Amino acid sequence: MPSFVIAEKCDGCKGRDKTACQYICPNDLMVLNKETMKAYNQEPDQCWECYNCVKICPQSAIEVRPYQDFAPMGSSIIPLRGSDSIMWTIKFRNGKIKRFKYPTRTTPEGGVDPYQGVPESNPANLKSEMLCNEAGKTLTVPQK
Amino acid sequence: MVEQRSSMTGSMISADVLNSYKIEEISTDLLIVGGGMAGCGAAFEAKRWAPKNMKITLVEKAAIERSGAVAMGLSAINTYLGENKPEDYVKMVTNDLMGITREDLIYDVGRHVDGSVHLFEKWGLPIFKEDEEDTRSLEEGAKPVRAGKWQIMIHGESYKVIVAEAARKALGEENIYERIFIIRLLTDEKHENRIAGAIGFSLREAKIYIFKAKAVLISCGGAVNVFRPRSQAEGMGRTWYALWSAGSTYSMAFDVGAEMTTMENRFVPNRFKDGYGPVGAWFTLFKARVLNAYGEDYMQKWESIVKDYPPYGLAAVPATCLWNHAMLKDWLEGNGPFYMNTTGAMKKLFETLPEKKKKALESDAWEDFLDMTCAQAGVWAAMDIDPRETDSEVMPTEPYFLGSHAGACGMWVSGPPDIAPKEWNWGYNRMTTVNGLFTAGDGVGASGHKFSSGSFTEGRISAKSAVKFISDDPGFIPTIHTDNKTLAEEIYAPMIRYEQYKGYSTEPNINPNYIKPRLYMFRLNKIMDEYVAGTSTFYRTSEKMLLKGLELLNKLREDAKNMAASDLHELMRAWENYHRSTVGMLHLRHILFREETRYPGFYYRMDHLKLDEENWKVFVNSKKNKATGEIELFKKPWIEIIPKT
Repeated sequence: MPSFVIAEKCDGCKGRDKTACQYICPNDLMVLNKETMKAYNQEPDQCWECYNCVKICPQSAIEVRPYQDFAPMGSSIIPLRGSDSIMWTIKFRNGKIKRFKYPTRTTPEGGVDPYQGVPESNPANLKSEMLCNEAGKTLTVPQK
Repeated sequence: MVEQRSSMTGSMISADVLNSYKIEEISTDLLIVGGGMAGCGAAFEAKRWAPKNMKITLVEKAAIERSGAVAMGLSAINTYLGENKPEDYVKMVTNDLMGITREDLIYDVGRHVDGSVHLFEKWGLPIFKEDEEDTRSLEEGAKPVRAGKWQIMIHGESYKVIVAEAARKALGEENIYERIFIIRLLTDEKHENRIAGAIGFSLREAKIYIFKAKAVLISCGGAVNVFRPRSQAEGMGRTWYALWSAGSTYSMAFDVGAEMTTMENRFVPNRFKDGYGPVGAWFTLFKARVLNAYGEDYMQKWESIVKDYPPYGLAAVPATCLWNHAMLKDWLEGNGPFYMNTTGAMKKLFETLPEKKKKALESDAWEDFLDMTCAQAGVWAAMDIDPRETDSEVMPTEPYFLGSHAGACGMWVSGPPDIAPKEWNWGYNRMTTVNGLFTAGDGVGASGHKFSSGSFTEGRISAKSAVKFISDDPGFIPTIHTDNKTLAEEIYAPMIRYEQYKGYSTEPNINPNYIKPRLYMFRLNKIMDEYVAGTSTFYRTSEKMLLKGLELLNKLREDAKNMAASDLHELMRAWENYHRSTVGMLHLRHILFREETRYPGFYYRMDHLKLDEENWKVFVNSKKNKATGEIELFKKPWIEIIPKT
């Protein structure tokens, strides 16, 4: 179901260094119209509904409208993604609402230290089949 | 598609690109093409082993935070061995892939994969624990919630964000090039069959990139939208696998001369209809069954036809294709639609679960969709479906190509030196038959069931091996025989064509001088669907059908040079769809060569319906003949490494 941009809410990420939805879309769908300074989905039938543009939009200006070739009208799924959790509001066609909240990460955003606890690699081990966090372990081979 | 726009209203238009483009040449040691799970694993591992002066570069067509098949997130990690032995993992994978696998490669992933999952948890990925109060990590001994024998449940909305953060920090921002689409690999001018780099273009500015590298690790995912999808309007974006996977891995590898394997394999996932949401947790965690329209369990009903395929149909969990085989049989008997019996499963769970777990159950069921297939939650909302009250339709999808999930397409690679027999070991683990060209994840064929964690792990294995390859030959300097301008004109050819002819007609989409990438893809989809066992024939084909399909496909591929692109976005589609059509050709030729039905339920050779263990328990490999440009196909013997009895 393709993402769409609510004209009134989109500010083209003016005060920012990049257009957030354009930056994140894995399929290069979101573009900024520099005349109107509003973003739009340039190829809606190649939209996977991954919600990455919806999640990243600083104005909450992007939503998803269910694929009309199979989904009846009237429902919506809206995420609110924080730094360690995400809240989903599901509105059914019949008007019923459900809300769910899930954790997304246990470390602060930007807080990953990739090699924390991974010893410096010994160049002599480059020949071995050991990976960098396996020092001291014994690698198994198939038991016949 | 929006046409005739100015340069102000979208992606940069072809006239502006052609008038102002620049060429940037980048020299590096290891070039990683594709920053999905495998590419991020490669970046992490390579950097740790590389000497200080070795340059590692990653290039990606999107932004690595949300690229590849895990871009949306995942609700489970499907490969975590824990208490299981790698031997049993090999047995499961080989059975699921109908016997023809590279067991050395599978074992290798199995013995390393848990270490990668431990890294994910350390970096911040929340993993469900059996005991919710247990604050220990898996590495420290905590027990994960198992969704199945090999799967663990995660809160994985930010899975890729976390992994990409680690890769980005490991490699350094300056070594990551995003929004650049690599279209072709280059071989060395002075050394026969040796990789020298790759070429591509920026999706954001008028710029050609020429990467010169001593080794290249290619991990650009599988192939989606080669076959006609079941949905034909905007719903065709809702593919099961990530639709930006354009088969670039297979096409670029084949074109540069790498030996391919098992390209006759395909994956036809049986998923919730239209939304293509995951069914795994429903089967293994919630213990639901799929029933036909009359409430019958089709697997029990057709047990005998599944058992017709020993040993693959006799295993405790029969091979995935055989589940489809039984369902298709029942379907053709008139017993569809099929439903995941969520109501029955929930009822049973509610009878046995303590109160606290009941509340969590509903939340877990929705999270399974929201973490990885938001659209399926969307279908439930649009259809007013509460899984406790209404069963949901399940259906086999259009075919997909991949090497990391329950599929086995990919390249023929050198195996781990301490496991692989001599026939499968040419010195560098995961190196293809092109010197210096490495791959991982969807790129490594005849293995499968790696999923996210295994693909990341295989990226690590492959990258370490590539670092060794580079270190062993310090004097090598890659040389490219074509001049930069010629390369640029090759990349921009669809734009040049568009500019040359666009004025001829009043509607730019209808012009006899060119074909738009979109129509090129639809033509490919139609050929594949109708002749190469797509959904419209219920996955059935024959030699005669394939030969007719090949004739049409060859004409399509001749027309590839006539593609036209009006802007950078469309230029990406042109090259993606060229890659897709190469994958289509590979698949067709492999199916034509294998004169048996190895994967009943995924496809049927109606003229060779039997599974022929005597003559066809072999790999089918292929390679481009450098002199003629034609594909050559041949058998390679299968070798058992883990005894099955």
